[in-house]
Amino acid sequence: MTTSPLSRRYFLGECGIGLGKIAAASLLTNNLTARSHEPKAPQIKPRAKAVIHLFMAGAPSQLELFDPKPHLTKLEGSSLPKSIIGDQRYAFIQPDAAVLGPQFEFSQYGETRATLGSPLAPLGAVADDLCIVKSCTTDQFNHAPAQLFLNSGFSQPGRPCLGSWTLYGLGSESNNLPAFVVMSTGGGLSGGSALWSSGFLPTTYTGVQFRKGKDPILNVGTPEGFSPEVQSDTFDLVNKLNAQRLATINDEEIATRMASYEMAARLQSSAPELMELKTESDETINLYGCDRDKHSFARACLLARRMVQRGVRFINIYHSGWDAHTNVKGSTEGKCAQTAQATAALIQDLKRHGLLDETLVVWGGEFGRTPMVETNSSLGRKAGRDHHPQAFTTLMAGGGTKPGTYGETDDFGFHITKDKVHVHDLQATILHLLGFDHERLTFHHAGRDFRLTDVHGHVVHDLLA
Amino acid sequence: MSFSLRLKKLLLVSLISGATGSLSAEKTEKVSFSKQIRPILSANCFKCHGPDDAKDEKGKSLRKAGLRLDIAGDQDWEEAITRIISTDPDNIMPPPETNKILKPSEIDLIKRWIKEGAHFEKHWAFVHPKKSPVPADTHPVDHLYKTPLAEKSDPYTLIRRVHLDLIGLPPSIEVADTFAAGPTPEAFAQIVDNLLKSPRYGERWARRWLDLARYADTNGYEKDRDRTIWPYRDYVIRSLNADKPFDQFTIEQLAGDMLPNATSEQIIATGFHRNTMLNEEGGIDPLEFRYHAMVDRVATTGTTWLGLTTGCAQCHTHKYDPITHHDYFGLMAYFDNTLEPDYHIPDLTLSERQKLNLAQAKKLLAELPSKWPAEKGELDTSYQTWLTTQTPHFAPWQTLVPSRAEANIPYLTLEEDGIIFTAGDISKHDVFTLDFPASTQPIHSLRVEALPDERLPAGGPGMTYYEGRKGDFFLSEFQITTDKPSTFSGSSETASGAQFGSGKADASTAIDGDIQSGWSLKGHIGQRAIAVFNLSNPIPPGTTFQITMHFGRHFASTLGKFRLSSSPESKIQAIDHQGTLEDFLLQAPELKSHADKIRALQKTLKGSPTLVMQERPKEHTRPTHLHHRGEYTQPKELIKPRLPNALYPSGKPLPKDRLEFARWLVSVENPLTARVVVNRHWAAFFGEGIVPSLDDFGMQGQLPTQPELLDHLAVTIIENGWSLKKLHRLIVTSKAYQQTSVIQSGTPKQFTRQRLEAEIIRDSALHSSGLLSEKMFGSPVRPLQPEGVTEVAYGNPKWKPSAGADRFRRSIYTYQKRTAPFAMFTTFDAGSGEACIAKRDRSNTPLQALTLMNDPMFIEIAQSFGELLKETEGTTEEKIIKAFRRLLTRPPTPDELRLFSDFHTQHNSWPSLTRALLSLDESVTKN
Repeated sequence: MTTSPLSRRYFLGECGIGLGKIAAASLLTNNLTARSHEPKAPQIKPRAKAVIHLFMAGAPSQLELFDPKPHLTKLEGSSLPKSIIGDQRYAFIQPDAAVLGPQFEFSQYGETRATLGSPLAPLGAVADDLCIVKSCTTDQFNHAPAQLFLNSGFSQPGRPCLGSWTLYGLGSESNNLPAFVVMSTGGGLSGGSALWSSGFLPTTYTGVQFRKGKDPILNVGTPEGFSPEVQSDTFDLVNKLNAQRLATINDEEIATRMASYEMAARLQSSAPELMELKTESDETINLYGCDRDKHSFARACLLARRMVQRGVRFINIYHSGWDAHTNVKGSTEGKCAQTAQATAALIQDLKRHGLLDETLVVWGGEFGRTPMVETNSSLGRKAGRDHHPQAFTTLMAGGGTKPGTYGETDDFGFHITKDKVHVHDLQATILHLLGFDHERLTFHHAGRDFRLTDVHGHVVHDLLA
Repeated sequence: MSFSLRLKKLLLVSLISGATGSLSAEKTEKVSFSKQIRPILSANCFKCHGPDDAKDEKGKSLRKAGLRLDIAGDQDWEEAITRIISTDPDNIMPPPETNKILKPSEIDLIKRWIKEGAHFEKHWAFVHPKKSPVPADTHPVDHLYKTPLAEKSDPYTLIRRVHLDLIGLPPSIEVADTFAAGPTPEAFAQIVDNLLKSPRYGERWARRWLDLARYADTNGYEKDRDRTIWPYRDYVIRSLNADKPFDQFTIEQLAGDMLPNATSEQIIATGFHRNTMLNEEGGIDPLEFRYHAMVDRVATTGTTWLGLTTGCAQCHTHKYDPITHHDYFGLMAYFDNTLEPDYHIPDLTLSERQKLNLAQAKKLLAELPSKWPAEKGELDTSYQTWLTTQTPHFAPWQTLVPSRAEANIPYLTLEEDGIIFTAGDISKHDVFTLDFPASTQPIHSLRVEALPDERLPAGGPGMTYYEGRKGDFFLSEFQITTDKPSTFSGSSETASGAQFGSGKADASTAIDGDIQSGWSLKGHIGQRAIAVFNLSNPIPPGTTFQITMHFGRHFASTLGKFRLSSSPESKIQAIDHQGTLEDFLLQAPELKSHADKIRALQKTLKGSPTLVMQERPKEHTRPTHLHHRGEYTQPKELIKPRLPNALYPSGKPLPKDRLEFARWLVSVENPLTARVVVNRHWAAFFGEGIVPSLDDFGMQGQLPTQPELLDHLAVTIIENGWSLKKLHRLIVTSKAYQQTSVIQSGTPKQFTRQRLEAEIIRDSALHSSGLLSEKMFGSPVRPLQPEGVTEVAYGNPKWKPSAGADRFRRSIYTYQKRTAPFAMFTTFDAGSGEACIAKRDRSNTPLQALTLMNDPMFIEIAQSFGELLKETEGTTEEKIIKAFRRLLTRPPTPDELRLFSDFHTQHNSWPSLTRALLSLDESVTKN
């Protein structure tokens, strides 16, 4: 297609955005301008330029995968002391439910002696890149609120998520792809689209979903019955008519729209190019264990690496189905079979492309699972675990994190006994790695300055390389 | 004033004069505290020196600084200014860690203000609005509009603008041409009057109100299941079309149920605050999410009527605005005393149908014996055999009336005939404790009758309202205690059913000692169900006893209406019939299909349900607590309903309840509501409010750019009986509204072009292509959208587009799913219904371009539009002009016409041409 010199100028000069959306200069508060997606200088020296957040929705069991508690095996059949449980509310079980011992063998890997349950054995290959935080804790014990809390620092919809804050603070480095991408490879998500909402930030910072099926981005494909020539001529016609209108009305908002169309046209080729895995070697495909065309967590991981290479700033991959209320053993094995190899592959692949240093990989769920067993005849459940907000494990790799294991829990795996990392601390630390002071990344809304970490959060410096 | 203070003032004057010696010559006007000083102090100082009165547990003030700078007092201004101009990091104000630095110009202003006497003023928004004098024969808006006016817009642009604004659709070519031929103010006024009368008007303006009401057709959160509350949406459309006075509109929505002889319409209106979300995720604490809904109600009320950000005061006293932590919960208390029932809309057409149904049922019932299958032998023999098995269970039951009936959270009311009714909140584990006086005969068996009632969800007998089957209950344990717990020898029930899992759910599960199993009904909702429990050892005569009933599982599932009775028979079982031939026939497995038909005909017909509010009775008011740090788990002292002091003159009695609060909101006593409302409407036309922060009229909000105009409009709307249509007429007939949107350098600021709202873009496209259906009201519909939009939501729901005219209804009728909203709307900045929105973004993005060009809905519209052109008489150019004008009103320029013609010559495809047309910037913009 042809483009007018004017829109080219706006595109390159004025609108230098990644994608997402272009802010309308005259209409946004907080001095956001059409430049709101331009790359911006971080507040402090950044360690990570991109984040890949592998969100294990439903909450994996830390007791099966990272935090071996042989003591629980000894206690099987009896309840935990009341003093331990306190007034914790549970979703399904009674607080006096008996405990359940770990369901898997654990092994240690690498020089860091990373401890992993057997279903995560494939991660052993990247053990020395893993920063294992065994002492994460949250305020929420239901899925939707906890997923929202981890993403947006608040248990209700309406606040911006981590990816939106990142884009708001740093802008985009991609001219052809959205700067904040969301993929979902499991079932439906408890938190819904609020998980990648820009909340009260301008809508331009909302995550863009890459979907399974023909069009990775909604409407990115030319519809049936319209030839490439018609498509290209339509872009051209629209552009010319808009240019004429601009000359009459003199509203630069029209120029911004012309730039939007130009980028839309580019996206029509850059999105399929991104999704086309023919250029990836068989070795790479096998490393991830994915099919070139079939939608899966593994394929999403490979796409994430390709996105990072193309300047995408923040990538969420949601993989739901970890909610092991029954048969925590079989359920965990199943989910690990879908994710462990690809997670390891992603870290290895980023590393060999020289991207791991600048790319933060985060792996984890919204809370942990109870040391107590979930058994319920009327629900047909046995040998499961309920939701546990007090302690869970999050993995990080690359992006300036320090390999090793951090934090400790008590003999029951119930409470954290050393180096507590609250969700707000995790958020502060991720923002820090991206080059933000979490207390200064603020947005004025509803009468006050809001931030991701509310009035809480401390950077966990021990996690930094 | 003490001597030392006076001395300090003198010293201060010299200090200030010395520092800004040249200022006196420059200044002409007195410094305004409201306009110039408070914004500086609010932005830089109030966080520590503001109204925060929070105290820690020991009563120590949590405000960072002792000194208050938000109200008049005996502030030491010398000290203040010394610290402001200090360079010592330990001394300077604001301190370095706040990252706030006062500009020299700001410091100068403060100095001048102090020199002029440091006079405080009430915040502008808390002062009652006053009307400025306007000369007769002058349009008040233009008289008070301070910005120089740009030239008038051309007639085509203007007529399209006013159509899009008032009815959300472009004008017809005929109307536009007639106006263009004689664009007089009279002709314009006539068109405006016609638009205000159009049913399309309510459909356009309801959308903006529903943004504030956070309306959606699903419950939100994880499960995000469907809810039926469209009658509320229809109420809004009808009210706006009828130009219902805004004060009445307000009172009905906040407290319509409390109005004397409340009409059905007024009850439906209370759906406003039922638009809060409902969490149905397994295992949640329902009262926690009720609390979140209450928080939302306070915030939404604050934004919608007061323009105040009350949310800050949820956790602590507002740091900027005079709303204390106590005030916040005082506001909540006005809304807290409610029940949240379903309301079935009375439908007069149903009673006729019901009559016919019952007559038909009677007829079928009479025919039932003739349906008895011959191969089963004589009917009477079978009946007698059956009767023999039933007879032992006919023994009379003695109704038990408790001497005391208590529950942990809900409240129990003893009604006639020993019936106990449950109301109030329910939890995941509710316990009823019932004491009974001694009986004169031994009790061998106890019977629980679970009774249906219209007051209960889905007609009961249970109170389940989320996650489980509506109207079900889950009796997990049924216990009898005399001096020791009794044991049971058996149980039976007339109905049971298990939801979730495949385990048993009969009456035996209520006496098995396992709190996780229980008796429930599943499919038998809205009917009576009976369980009988036989005791191992009878309760002897003369012995008092206690019955304890435990309810609930991973969701709240309490019994709503029941009666207990006793029997001296030890083997008696649960039956629910009299042993008549009819009873036999209706239960006979051989006749099930016939009996089912009869039962279906006997069902009570009800109008559509909708969600409403209902005030709790005086004897069971819900206490409102202050919550420490705003957290649900930290309730503290009881709080009575009250308004913030700043909004209410002391000495006057406060509004007592929700209804009085609603009346106060729209009374002349309240300085805020009228301003907030007219400002929001102004913004709908002009793209920006007179107060740009539509949702914040507090200290942190922006000042009105034209305060006299704002106040004039505010007073006028009240004088005009709160008529929104009169307000709209006043605005659109002004010269300010009719300015051109063409930007010319060196000329006054013009009318701001605005990208259209998502719904108007879609509706205009449908309208221009001839597809738009004018059908109003009713259940939501599903237009076409790309595959896979909804599948990301919980349960991977599918989107089945509506067929026929429903596919092309106005956008306000589109099914709104909170966790996966309609894609095109999201792309064009519509909300999800998860929070109250006073102002939508107007972004401009590549995804919008892709939607207009490629979205299947727009392709379908383009194709229909193309068909329409194909079948139109005329030359290619005439057709192009027609298409262009149907969407954009004005005729195309010769250049534009040529570009379209060339495109058509090359591709010869009308749908391709209309697609390009629909994708133009102008097509999605109000010029």
